[in-house]
Amino acid sequence: MSKQKQQQQQTKKPKKEVTKQYEQYVKQFTPKPKYFSNSAKAFIVGGLLCMAALYIQNLLIDSGMSEKDAGAIVTVLLVCLAQLLTGLGVFDSLGKFAGAGVFVPITGFANSMVAPAIEYKKEGPVLGVGAKLFSLAGPVLVCGISAGTIIGILYYFMK
Amino acid sequence: MDYLYAFLVGGGICLVGQILMDTTKLTTPRILVIFVVAGAILTGLGLYEPLVNLAKNGATVPLPGFGYSLAKGAMDGAKEGFLPALAGGLKNTAAGLTAAVVFGYIISLVFSPKSKR
Amino acid sequence: MKNKLGKQTLQFPFLPRIVGSYSIVGEKEGKGPMAKWFDMILEEDTFGEKTWEKAESKMLKQAMLQALQKSGREKDEIDTVLSGDLINQIMSSSFMARDLSIPFLGIYGACSTMTESMIMGSMMIDGGYASNILVGASSHYCTAERQFRMPLEHGNHRPPSAQWTSTASGAMVLSADDKGDTAVKQGKNQPQGQKLREVYLSHATIGKILDTGIKDPNQMGAAMAPAAVDTIVRHLSDMERSPEFYDIILSGDLGMIGRDIALDLLSGRGINLNGIFNDCGAMMYDKKQDTHSGGSGCGCSASIFCSYVYDEMRTGKINNALLISTGALLSTISSQQGESIPGIAHAVAVTTKGVI
Repeated sequence: MSKQKQQQQQTKKPKKEVTKQYEQYVKQFTPKPKYFSNSAKAFIVGGLLCMAALYIQNLLIDSGMSEKDAGAIVTVLLVCLAQLLTGLGVFDSLGKFAGAGVFVPITGFANSMVAPAIEYKKEGPVLGVGAKLFSLAGPVLVCGISAGTIIGILYYFMK
Repeated sequence: MDYLYAFLVGGGICLVGQILMDTTKLTTPRILVIFVVAGAILTGLGLYEPLVNLAKNGATVPLPGFGYSLAKGAMDGAKEGFLPALAGGLKNTAAGLTAAVVFGYIISLVFSPKSKR
Repeated sequence: MKNKLGKQTLQFPFLPRIVGSYSIVGEKEGKGPMAKWFDMILEEDTFGEKTWEKAESKMLKQAMLQALQKSGREKDEIDTVLSGDLINQIMSSSFMARDLSIPFLGIYGACSTMTESMIMGSMMIDGGYASNILVGASSHYCTAERQFRMPLEHGNHRPPSAQWTSTASGAMVLSADDKGDTAVKQGKNQPQGQKLREVYLSHATIGKILDTGIKDPNQMGAAMAPAAVDTIVRHLSDMERSPEFYDIILSGDLGMIGRDIALDLLSGRGINLNGIFNDCGAMMYDKKQDTHSGGSGCGCSASIFCSYVYDEMRTGKINNALLISTGALLSTISSQQGESIPGIAHAVAVTTKGVI
């Protein structure tokens, strides 16, 4: 190792430590999130949402639909509902209340498509809305589809 | 009994998400990605399917369920050949995705964002 | 150098005066504790415009024109406009200046823009390059939020350390000549018939960038507090003044958390500012308004300097004030690339005494 590099490393290390110390110091001034109430709300709202979805799915199955189709319809319904609520400007209040309870279910994915798109309406229907529809959802789709497909291909070669 | 499991499992997954949000610096898009990819990987390992059988919508409605559908479709396709393995993931989720894109596009064109109070 | 004191402090021997000021805030800010000081409160954050950017630009233009009117000066008496905001390529300011047709210098100092423009304006006047200058800054919740953070309708949780970009603009007219004694209109909080004091800019301290390595854009207060502390300490030592000289030392947008950190850091250096020090971001909103750590944005300090501070100085309740706008000089790209947040703070000493 050259002398210059050594020196660089020596000066770099204390800087990192200063940052760490400062972060620790800042922590004592920062109020903690309400872990318990946030978690309880997320658990209950998320759970209820899944229960409601199951209830609708069962209704559809009872009316003679196959389980697979009924599942797809439920997904579509949840997505559309979440997007409509986003458009009406209600979803962010729901998210503020329930946090991950509405964010982790598919409703959160639907919201993350409309939320940026609606804001870029004035930039036009193509490069505004059309592009921004995927600014947050794009990464989810890209990573999810890649992971799923790689697993499928591995499965193909291993079977 | 189904409903209880749906509630517990669905709520439990959301709870994990909330804990990630509150205790780490992960931003929400990253958490979404982590959930979807985790769902796909768990499905590949054969661990998510039992959860789906147990809790039904409790496991399919949260985002790992989206990863599950993608991986499940691809794996089912793989039984038939290479091309179906490529097509399977999207085929399985096509209805939901298309609805999300088309309806989302319409909603975004119709409504305007509101200033927050 | 005859007009420089110590390492970073400038003095203005010709004492540029603030001869008019105007502030506009949005609906939410208009429901906060500072509401009675602002000249204008919007009923709707769009201000009748089609886009948020246009709304912000219109707010800034309105503030500039009204400040000009209050100063009793004509548009063609103004030599230069200095202004900045948070949107990419300082869009609001440039589009405001497009309509004014006054020579324009756009500046960017993130949320430190207000004092930055005051310092540069004072230097131009003191150096004899201008006799009247318009300075101002603005920010808008909806334009800043979509650029720097998450979309408005996104259902995410804001952490407790997050700050709320204020929808606000403030503008001032700085002047070299003493015309304006009678022309200055009474501010709305100034009792009729009282003899109003003149407000002079006497000194300024240009801050250094300080970066403590904070990377979380939701920890702006903590990222900027060390810069504010550094500028305050530097100012006091350059001026050889004790903090008691000032009736109020007001920082820009550290928020509640940043204010507490700054106070603690200062007391660690043996400077006790309890009772003198406050922060515009922490003053802007009521706790009930759920903004978490308080306000931020250029407009936050701009609107409070142009309303509360100016009015209180005119009526003589404040005689010496040290105003410090604090800026977090991050960009949307830098935070994605994992860079930490560079903090900056510039201080301006304002006085009602017409001597240095």
